[in-house]
Amino acid sequence: MEKKKKSGLRCLGRDLRKYSDAYVMAIPVVLFYLLFCYKPMYGILIAFKDYSPAAGILGSDWTSSHGFQHFIDFFQSYYFTRILKNTLVISLSSIVFGFPAPILLALLLNELKNERFKRITQTVSYMPHFISMVVVCSMIQLFTSDKGFITYLLSLVGGPDYSLLTRPEHFVPIYVLSGIWQGIGWDAIIYLAALSGIDQELYEAAKIDGAGRWKQTLHVTLPGISGTVIIMLLLRLGNVMNVGFEKIILLYNEGIWETADVISTFVYRKGLQDFQRGYSAAVGIFNSVINFAVVMVFNRISRKATEVSLW
Amino acid sequence: MQNRKKITPYQIFSVINVGFMLLLILVTAYPIYYIVIASFSDPGALSRHIGLLWLPMKPYTLTAYETVFRNPQIVTGFLNTLFVLGVGLAMNLAMTMLGAFFLTIKGPMLKNAIALMIIFTMYFSGGLTPSYLNIRDLKLMDSLWALILPGAINTANLIIMKSAFQSIPDSLVESARLDGGSFLQILLRVMIPLSKATIAVMVLYYGVGHWNAWFNASIYLRDSGKFPLQLVVRNILNLAGSSAMGGGAGMDEIAQLAELIKYALIVVTTAPILALYPFLQKYFVKGVMVGAIKG
Repeated sequence: MEKKKKSGLRCLGRDLRKYSDAYVMAIPVVLFYLLFCYKPMYGILIAFKDYSPAAGILGSDWTSSHGFQHFIDFFQSYYFTRILKNTLVISLSSIVFGFPAPILLALLLNELKNERFKRITQTVSYMPHFISMVVVCSMIQLFTSDKGFITYLLSLVGGPDYSLLTRPEHFVPIYVLSGIWQGIGWDAIIYLAALSGIDQELYEAAKIDGAGRWKQTLHVTLPGISGTVIIMLLLRLGNVMNVGFEKIILLYNEGIWETADVISTFVYRKGLQDFQRGYSAAVGIFNSVINFAVVMVFNRISRKATEVSLW
Repeated sequence: MQNRKKITPYQIFSVINVGFMLLLILVTAYPIYYIVIASFSDPGALSRHIGLLWLPMKPYTLTAYETVFRNPQIVTGFLNTLFVLGVGLAMNLAMTMLGAFFLTIKGPMLKNAIALMIIFTMYFSGGLTPSYLNIRDLKLMDSLWALILPGAINTANLIIMKSAFQSIPDSLVESARLDGGSFLQILLRVMIPLSKATIAVMVLYYGVGHWNAWFNASIYLRDSGKFPLQLVVRNILNLAGSSAMGGGAGMDEIAQLAELIKYALIVVTTAPILALYPFLQKYFVKGVMVGAIKG
């Protein structure tokens, strides 16, 4: 054992010398990850402490309950079920309605015969992807205000005629639908690529077997993109606990926290606005740990279900 | 009888499909069109108008744009964004390429450990509050560097860059090594010239990110003279929003103009990117592909 270790160290020394110019290139990169990714991970310690800026992370006292007081407080608080439920509702609604949309668009775009029209449609459909979140959210607020044209259109068909973002029940539909508006074109790219990768001979073979357009779609096109669809779905499900919190911060207001407040926005308010650093970090950890577990689970499923894995 | 073509279900589908695409274009473009149209409208007429808008409300005016361009906050915001964009982008490219290239070098013993260290950050992070305290402890608060350094490398982009470098034949690297070239020279003279398309993708991804970023600025900066454009826009839109909210019939001229300024502001901040993306989209699309294949 000892010998092995020693020769290992000597080996490493030789390696460092041999590849010194490569390692020099890695230094700034490693420093970046240590300073801006791993140092905050060490900062997670404050979740177990009564953090005081004067004492610093190490010097602050541990919380009671063996350091788990912040977690206990959170699990027992009124907010725990609310933000957990909201996170899941927003995330799952986005998946249920937002995930199939770009697949459908890609399938339909694929059936367009006129290349020019297809290209124009695609270019226009990408447009919202490039508009900043600040602007998109301002547009949503303008259009769903009591005088906005979306409110106006809804009122024509018997919908509400007041500012939509003042009522909690409208938040999730607005979030999900605007999300589809923002992402449908861009997210379709990946499926279009998968469609163009399907072997054309399969269609010829299907035709010879007497398959019509619909049968071809069912037996050639859909199986052809199913691998991509499964991978994308698993990736998406792995991120189920990550809700786009910039968008929520820009859209929500105290009147609709009941449906709009999610874990990440709660962490933001507690940690950065109410100065409850330790508590906020504890809620953050809760989110990260569940998130990590979910990613791992879905990665394992995908490895079993298909040969393709996420790593 | 025989010459008359039968309409097949597929033809009906094709017509519906084209109709659907036209609807999609309308739904996508109309909100943006509305903003542009509204920004040239008469503020009084616009404030009384409810419903859809197809043409600017007369008399046309450029007042909103004059106000926007004369606003010192917007001008400094624009300059701050340009600074962050320029310096940040240079930093992003340098760091991403160094990291990506290192990961493709065959031989170094610590390479796998470093790769693992990099990949792990995609699945776990310290979270918002510890990251915030970290920036404070590093004395980066209220500095534009707080908008540049923490995002110097986006790991997903690094992986895209790595796969581009990996696609370059090993023999080129080996022969350059035999000629006595250092790895840095190989990166500069072999890898970069052969990966221009992917580097363009990096420029666009990081660039759009910087142009549209506002959140880090909102938590790390206090001095409003340092705010980037998006944060300035956010603050102005929020302010105008709250004052216009209670409006209605009694809305005075200032409030009406404030409303109009919102539209002009959205046009001014979004126009540069919307003018550019159709010409650059092939690079973006390429990025999606490479990103999807992942290594």
